Amino acid sequence: MSGTAEGSVVITHDVGLHARPSVKLTKLAKGFSSTLEIGASADGPWIDAKSIVKVMAMKAKQNSTLFVRAAGADAQAAVEAVIGLVRRDFDEAGDGH
Amino acid sequence: MTVGIVIVSHSPDVAKGAADMVRQMVGNDVPLGFCGGNPDGGLGTSVEKILAAIDAAWSEDGIAILVDLGGAETNSEMAIEMLPEEKQKKIVICNAPVVEGAVMAATEAWGGGSLADVKRTAEELAPQ
Repeated sequence: MSGTAEGSVVITHDVGLHARPSVKLTKLAKGFSSTLEIGASADGPWIDAKSIVKVMAMKAKQNSTLFVRAAGADAQAAVEAVIGLVRRDFDEAGDGH
Repeated sequence: MTVGIVIVSHSPDVAKGAADMVRQMVGNDVPLGFCGGNPDGGLGTSVEKILAAIDAAWSEDGIAILVDLGGAETNSEMAIEMLPEEKQKKIVICNAPVVEGAVMAATEAWGGGSLADVKRTAEELAPQ
């Protein structure tokens, strides 16, 4: 079974998608078999969420919207997981790091 | 299967600090070794310490070494040459910044990337 899914979420974390959040997002993404991509706009450019270098280079800032899309057997779960992580501020207290 | 990461710096503090970042950001699932300083405790690198760090991080899936400056690389090469041939084939030195490269390499290793994937990920970071 295969499918596609997409969604978006506003980054509320203090410093945006910086080092630690990027590692967390990448680690989460690697747990899914679907291709999983993120972008700063609904039209792309899309980058591979499983590539730590590309995710970190994106430098997505606080209050910017992160667009997520996936294709594959667990596409829906993958998109929901990424959005959940961002909504939870990457499971970090906002301590300015 | 997880590739191991070895950090080699001239400074014991830098090596430990980079290792701390890997531990905190990526976690404890990735085999990790680090060393810094010469045998007298000054700035420098030592083949013996590098061998011990490789041993500490050893993984049959391979070892990616991150080095800082000149001697760290040449001493790492010497350390590799002292190992049995079947181990030598499983060790690579990454051409990447030591701190950032270690975090990138460890993230890729955590995800099950091959030794070639881990090296490429660390080196992808190089200034473009």
